[in-house]
Amino acid sequence: MTTFAFVALLCVSVLGYSLNRHAATRLRANGTRLHSVPAYHGLYSLLSTMVPVVTLIVTWLMLQGPLIDRFTMSGLPAGSLDSLDTGGRQLILAEIKSISRGRIFGDPEAWKVDAADRYVRMHAISGWVLLGTVIVASLGIVGFSRSRVAAEFRARHGVERITSGLMLFCSTIAIFTTLGIIAALLFESIRFFERVPIMEFFFGLNWEPQIPLREDQIAAEGAFGWIPVFLGTLVITVVALFLAVPVGLLSAIYLNEFAPSRLRAVAKPVLEILAGVPTVVYGFFAILVVAPAIRSFGATLGIPVSPNTALAAGTVMGIMLIPFISSFTDDALSAVPKSLRDGALALGATRAETVLNVLFPAAIPGIVGGILLAISRAIGETMIVVMAAGLIASLTVNPLDSVTTVTVQIVTLLIGDTSFDNPKTLAAFALGMMLFVVTLVINVFALRIVRKYREAYE
Amino acid sequence: MMDGMRKIERDTAASDIKIQARSVQVFYGDTHAIKDVSVDILDKTVTAFIGPSGCGKSTFLRCLNRMNDTIDIARVQGDIHIDGDDIYDPSIDPVQLRAKVGMVFQKPNPFPKSIYDNIAYGPRIHGLARTKAELDEIVERSLRRGAIWDEVKDRLHEPGTGLSGGQQQRLCIARAVATEPEVLLMDEPCSALDPIATAQVEDLIDELRRNYSVVIVTHSMQQAARVSQKTAFFHLGNLVEYRETGQIFTNPEDARTESYITGRIG
Repeated sequence: MTTFAFVALLCVSVLGYSLNRHAATRLRANGTRLHSVPAYHGLYSLLSTMVPVVTLIVTWLMLQGPLIDRFTMSGLPAGSLDSLDTGGRQLILAEIKSISRGRIFGDPEAWKVDAADRYVRMHAISGWVLLGTVIVASLGIVGFSRSRVAAEFRARHGVERITSGLMLFCSTIAIFTTLGIIAALLFESIRFFERVPIMEFFFGLNWEPQIPLREDQIAAEGAFGWIPVFLGTLVITVVALFLAVPVGLLSAIYLNEFAPSRLRAVAKPVLEILAGVPTVVYGFFAILVVAPAIRSFGATLGIPVSPNTALAAGTVMGIMLIPFISSFTDDALSAVPKSLRDGALALGATRAETVLNVLFPAAIPGIVGGILLAISRAIGETMIVVMAAGLIASLTVNPLDSVTTVTVQIVTLLIGDTSFDNPKTLAAFALGMMLFVVTLVINVFALRIVRKYREAYE
Repeated sequence: MMDGMRKIERDTAASDIKIQARSVQVFYGDTHAIKDVSVDILDKTVTAFIGPSGCGKSTFLRCLNRMNDTIDIARVQGDIHIDGDDIYDPSIDPVQLRAKVGMVFQKPNPFPKSIYDNIAYGPRIHGLARTKAELDEIVERSLRRGAIWDEVKDRLHEPGTGLSGGQQQRLCIARAVATEPEVLLMDEPCSALDPIATAQVEDLIDELRRNYSVVIVTHSMQQAARVSQKTAFFHLGNLVEYRETGQIFTNPEDARTESYITGRIG
């Protein structure tokens, strides 16, 4: 029935479009000067029908389910829900719904079958009423729009108002989603901090999130100090940047300033392919190629290297970040006006001197912004480290040791059977919150720097 | 306009040939931008290149310090000699050539550095000063020669981009003369300036003639008449006429030159 409602709406709207358009065209044919061209009159009718009626349909569909559920439950014979808690009531509702779909298990009581019948009937009625409402409402709006077609009617302004309202709505979706994420994280984090002291989380040097699930289990009490976990993230990030920053910068400078245009035409897309490699594939590369290579190289030097080193994970993450940093650097260098480049060359500066003394200082804010964004990506990167880094949080800065990261811990805490009243599970949200805060701060800094730099040349 | 010609009567007799160009052709990809141009540019003289937009005057100017090398698709043929040396000879390093042939651009392009560092940049990369005191002296001399010393002497360490447009352009001229060039190329140096700043820069150009061979590309015929001793008229990539400035403006030989200076083409 919902499909019919949408089809009806579409037909009526198109009808409204052509009615208004023809009416406006006729007016113009009679020699009247219109404020808006006929197409705007048509669009005005189309949009002013579509927007409110689609809103109506969506609201209807959202409210219909819970309301019908409630009516079904309240219509049950007196006493059938006595002595049942929320879970029990939900079970009965689920049973009624499955009967209504024709899936009958065993021999249900007669009142449940009755309820299922009523449930089906109410849905059917709701559908018909929706269809009727949609047709009446859209026809009403089309008629009203048609009556407004006149030479001085400002249809274009109306269309612009509706469109900018739609754009405003779309742009707020991202903002409200962010707010929702923050609220969810915050809410669960507060529940975590009700169970684990906040000081222990921020300053604890131990991370052992094993909590006995049953009384007879022998397990550690659980320690939730985030410092070793965050240290692991930092070590891997630093390793990644040590690789990505110099390689990314130099490759961008080469491609931007020195490479012949044919090489540039090939190399730049190839570098961008690197940015398109899924991180899980980088993860394979880390465990299958880089980690064994580092290990055997360490063995030849006589250095003990653990199988899951921060070095391996960091190196591969660095490779992932190279195109990121090099494209930011490339943009920043290209944004330096050509006149500065010419000015330096005309003074007899070599290309290298031009890059080093003139272009680079002018581009540095953009480059720094790119590096900060790369850092926040490295901190939030999950798949590579899940595959290539370790699980045990150890307080070390040695890149040849196994370390774990915030993201790895969040993944492991939420995998498998989880109960959301357990500090072990809730710890994931606290970690997520911290990750969010750290990357947010870095991003804010990065954006500020990038913006400041944009002002310098435009 | 006649008032603007006060400088054209100056002597040009005592000058030697500084730049000698023979059969220069420039191609941008498939476009033939400069067609067989031959010209002798004199030392201690201001030579003006005039002509309608797209006639090739800036392109030809950029051949003289090999700035066209920085454009991938540009090809230059023919001979250009400066002081008898072929500047397109493989043994010539364009970097050294550009130290000898300075250039000032259409839009002021100070580096995002301090006024002092803007001037000191050229001398530093070419090692012209051994001590800080020598460098200070070069900076002061260049700024004086650029006729901007009095305006900036108290704020040498403020950014050069903070100056006004006219000051920036004089700063760029000072920056160009700081490397002690022998030729100064100017590509429409006043087109982004107001009339007062233009007058200052024009006075400066006349001043610079004592030490350098100056080649200036300009859209303004009044400006060519005011500052130059020799004028070359370009049209569609051809050098149409090249003579004493006074003659070209009062008694042009070619019909195209006459059409241009009287405003019928352009």
